[in-house]
Amino acid sequence: MFEYDPVLYSRILTAITLSFHIIFATVGVGAPLMIAIAEWMGIKRNDPHYTLLARRWARGFVVVVAVGVVTGTAIGLQLSLLWPNFMQAAGHTIGLPLFMEVFAFFFEAIFLGIYLYTWDRFKSKMKHFLLVIPVVIGATASAFFITTVNGFMNTPYGFDLVDGVLTNVSPLQAMFNPATPTKVSHVIITCYLTTAFILAAIAAFKLMRGSNHIYHKKALHMTMVTGAVFAIATAAIGDLSGKFLHEYQPEKLAAAEWHFETTSEAPLVLGGVLTEDNEVNYALEIPYALSILAGGTTGEEVIGLNEFPEEELPPLFVHYLFDIMVFIGMYLLLVSVAFVLMNWHNRFNPIKRFNGFSNKMLWAIAAGGPIAMLGTQSGWFFAEIGRQPWIINGVMTVSEAATSSQHVDIMLVLFSILYAILGVTSFIVLRRMFKHYPVEHELVERGIEREGA
Amino acid sequence: MSYELIGITVLWTFLYGYLIVASIDFGAGFFSYYSRITNNKHKVHHMIQRYLSPVWEVTNVFLVFFFVGIVGFFPDTAYYYGSALLIPGSISIILIALRGSYYAFATYGSKDSHLYTFLYGGTGLLIPASLTTVLTVAVGGYVSVEENHVQLLYGELFTSIYSWSVVALAIVSVLFISGSFMTFYAHKAGDQPALDLLRKYALAWSFPTIIACVIAFFGMNQRNPSHFQNMTDLSWLYGLSVVFFLAAVILIWKRKRYGLAFIFVMLQFATAFFAYGAAHLPYLLYPHLTIYDGVTNDAMAISLIIVFIAGLLLLIPSLYLLMRLFLFDTNYVKGHEADKKA
Repeated sequence: MFEYDPVLYSRILTAITLSFHIIFATVGVGAPLMIAIAEWMGIKRNDPHYTLLARRWARGFVVVVAVGVVTGTAIGLQLSLLWPNFMQAAGHTIGLPLFMEVFAFFFEAIFLGIYLYTWDRFKSKMKHFLLVIPVVIGATASAFFITTVNGFMNTPYGFDLVDGVLTNVSPLQAMFNPATPTKVSHVIITCYLTTAFILAAIAAFKLMRGSNHIYHKKALHMTMVTGAVFAIATAAIGDLSGKFLHEYQPEKLAAAEWHFETTSEAPLVLGGVLTEDNEVNYALEIPYALSILAGGTTGEEVIGLNEFPEEELPPLFVHYLFDIMVFIGMYLLLVSVAFVLMNWHNRFNPIKRFNGFSNKMLWAIAAGGPIAMLGTQSGWFFAEIGRQPWIINGVMTVSEAATSSQHVDIMLVLFSILYAILGVTSFIVLRRMFKHYPVEHELVERGIEREGA
Repeated sequence: MSYELIGITVLWTFLYGYLIVASIDFGAGFFSYYSRITNNKHKVHHMIQRYLSPVWEVTNVFLVFFFVGIVGFFPDTAYYYGSALLIPGSISIILIALRGSYYAFATYGSKDSHLYTFLYGGTGLLIPASLTTVLTVAVGGYVSVEENHVQLLYGELFTSIYSWSVVALAIVSVLFISGSFMTFYAHKAGDQPALDLLRKYALAWSFPTIIACVIAFFGMNQRNPSHFQNMTDLSWLYGLSVVFFLAAVILIWKRKRYGLAFIFVMLQFATAFFAYGAAHLPYLLYPHLTIYDGVTNDAMAISLIIVFIAGLLLLIPSLYLLMRLFLFDTNYVKGHEADKKA
């Protein structure tokens, strides 16, 4: 039916591997921080609920991290297997952070092993808390290094291309390319945000299901307060990302916004449908907003798609991916800030009389978990598809980079089965883990509460 | 020393590290499964779990380190090996993924399942078998390179005696290395029934290991005479390897100094592995790619080496802490702490 095309199959396989990995990697980066905060609160407030929270999260985290590790290993190898020409070029230019990522991950793995098995081994609780710090640093540093590589793919820097040969390489310049600041901060903060919401969703779900335990309320409050902080930071960094794109990848911004004519006072296009002659219908337009996003003033001139040769443009459906990402960011911001305000007991607070634990609110939070993950996914899809046709922007196209091997299609099938099995089993295992050992039991068993309390 | 040599030495050392720690891990999985089906589970299972739980991820990192490092130092390997090894590479990934995750599911999911143990034990033997393809291919003659097209010759690979002898060598060495380490660990734990059983495993796999080594050694003569010539020039190292092997087996046989015996096993493999590696030079993929034409630019090489040294300064103390807490802490090893996990 189809003609065998290794490039297409390589793209699909990479997309599947990455989007599966991202689920686990995002939580893998975010969870250590949340665990650390919970353990810290447990010590500072001398509140065993928070300590138990950290402990239970850590147990779930290990399973997530295990799948994250193996799929991460898969990507590391798959990049060479599916994109040998890309990795050859990457090895010459951006190999440094790839290498550093392994160290960060190594560091994290060592301390995670120690952390998990030493809960009751030290007399001082503080000592055990200190062990989570390297895990947080390692996890975040991994995200940092690997995102610089993605930054490099978007804005390749730190080398000269002379007659098709990469020379005069500066590994540090390549690593700290123009995309690095905004991209790295955006990725890390949204990992935190998504994880906070997933953990909040679990607590909200428990409360909705009729549990009224203070443990879940504390969990929800803690995750929502941190979630609100991360959501605000995400919005601020998102604004900077817009300005970055405007300066360095105008075609990506224009494709995200269906912005065809170069103009100042450009409107921001939300939703809508594109006709065959590139007319935008049914869209919500916010006047001047794109100019403001791009340059901070309404007068900023935003370059349109018409300035670029058509074969160098990404597919225009990335607009929807971009919109989904932004909408979800807004939703998470709204929900978390609303919850925090509802629970803020200050006499000038106008909405403190609303019940933050009402069923509607809990629903909105519980939905926020999966929605946040969807936002992360659409963000990455936007980042990757928005760079098409390039794998290294302006240097190497995706089709030049791909393998010419036979059998990528069979590998695609095999890996799809693998991820399906891993996905289903990890879901079952996680569910069973917490269902068979509910927090009420553990509280009693650890002597934090008495039976029936 | 040139950057090329430093780079390949570092990478080869890490591969050696992986060989040892992964063998322990792979073999332990197999022993765990084997003792389960022979109703000896109660003897060794807990001890094996106690060792493996905190370290399995660290094992994995050794491998990641190697293949990320080799793309960094020798980017052209990505092109040659990446193009050629799509299928064996993918199969290894799938096996490693299954193994790692099912280990975690079984251990942290707190459900003892026959299927999990089977997957864990079976992959332990299949992974080394599939990974050795890379070393076999590197010897030359299994890859065709024409006009921008690198292809693995499957017929050649599957019908070659040499490639199968390497597979056999990999599997028996895994069991021998693991058996001798686990014997030492059982001894430290003061667990006599486990010690007896594991000592038996170690001894049972010792002579198959040395026989497989000898077969693979001479098999090289037919496969790649120039490589074989280099190997015979280093025959004193191989001789030393045999001496270490005998010393280890005698100690285990006589029930003496299990720790020292394991160090001899490590030395046995270190001497043979580095002799093999040195004889391989300068080729990364015979005869298409050498370390000199495959190497990265100087700026990248220097920065990788600096990062490597900085990384070691960070990792060595951390690894020391890990080992002190789990490997050399008698209380932990004896299992007094085992029930308090997580």
